[in-house]
Amino acid sequence: MLDPRENIINKRLERVKHIIAVSSGKGGVGKSLVASTLALTLTRKNFGVGLFDADFTSPSTHLILGVKDAKPKEEKGIIPAQVHGLKYVSMVAYSKENTLPLRGVDASNALIELFATTVWGELDFLIIDMPPGISDATLDVIRLVKGIKFLIVTTPSTLAFETVKKLLKLLAELKVPVLGVIENMKMNKNEFIRQNVTDAGFHFLGWLPFDPKVEGSLGDIKALLETDFAKRLAEIISKIFL
Amino acid sequence: MHEWALAEAIISSVSQIAEKEGLKEVREVKIKVGELQQVEIDILEFALSELKMDKLKNAKFIVETVKAELQCRACGQKWVFNKNELDEEKTEAIHFVPETVHAYIKCPRCGSPDFEILQGRGVWLESVRGVK
Repeated sequence: MLDPRENIINKRLERVKHIIAVSSGKGGVGKSLVASTLALTLTRKNFGVGLFDADFTSPSTHLILGVKDAKPKEEKGIIPAQVHGLKYVSMVAYSKENTLPLRGVDASNALIELFATTVWGELDFLIIDMPPGISDATLDVIRLVKGIKFLIVTTPSTLAFETVKKLLKLLAELKVPVLGVIENMKMNKNEFIRQNVTDAGFHFLGWLPFDPKVEGSLGDIKALLETDFAKRLAEIISKIFL
Repeated sequence: MHEWALAEAIISSVSQIAEKEGLKEVREVKIKVGELQQVEIDILEFALSELKMDKLKNAKFIVETVKAELQCRACGQKWVFNKNELDEEKTEAIHFVPETVHAYIKCPRCGSPDFEILQGRGVWLESVRGVK
């Protein structure tokens, strides 16, 4: 028996110019903040942008964006909600405030389902906020999404970077394009991450400060985009995409 | 409707199978639809009839519904999904993403949300028959 869904995924994404998975080996490094701020910043530059929160068990982009109700519409598929000028899909529209405990196989099935049925239409960028780690979702997007590129987030901690090194190794082995590595929550001038990323043959895209104002800006995108975190990310983005 | 997206995926897969198997014409396609997803069979069949073309133009689509059976990983209890136990918002969520069932249903014996969907999830192609 054959699952017909996988066959349609790349047709659903054929009018998306760039598909970027924001990923890390560890949780808590700021992937969702980077993914959300990246999506908002590109939207402000007049690009057509989609944001897909693929962290089904612990979604958080809706909190960052201050999304109250972003229920996709149903019209020959799932039509993403419009949020702050971007197309937005998160599992939270379906799971609400409930806990959604998913084993790998279930998370994988849900990911395939949403990729197969979501009609993103024409986009310059689809940003995917990946769940942490190197498991089903990472392997699924690599296997199923043609042309996907990875943007890796780490913190200055060796604990985070150790897992990032493993993720980078996997992506290199599978010949998956990596845009580069962003160092988040930087608090000193230590060059450890820059040096190690460069030595491993990847692009070090820059660092983002540990910015205490970010926490207070959650849910308020105007305040978020005014943080030093967002301003520095905008600089990095302009170097990569503009 | 969500059924259209599934129909499109089915047509795309059948076309690919026909190509791979060297079929000149597809005559019959058997599809299994899991009850968990509550796919409207009439809409799915209508969408399939509207979307079929070329080698699939004369294909007959046979759609069979499979009961959704769940089994608790904690205590081993098996039970059958009953959408009538849930309100419309929850059944709609499960319709779009069947895995959201883990947010809304627990094992009737021990209360664990850690259960396996033994059968009755999603849409599957069981067979594609045609003329070479």
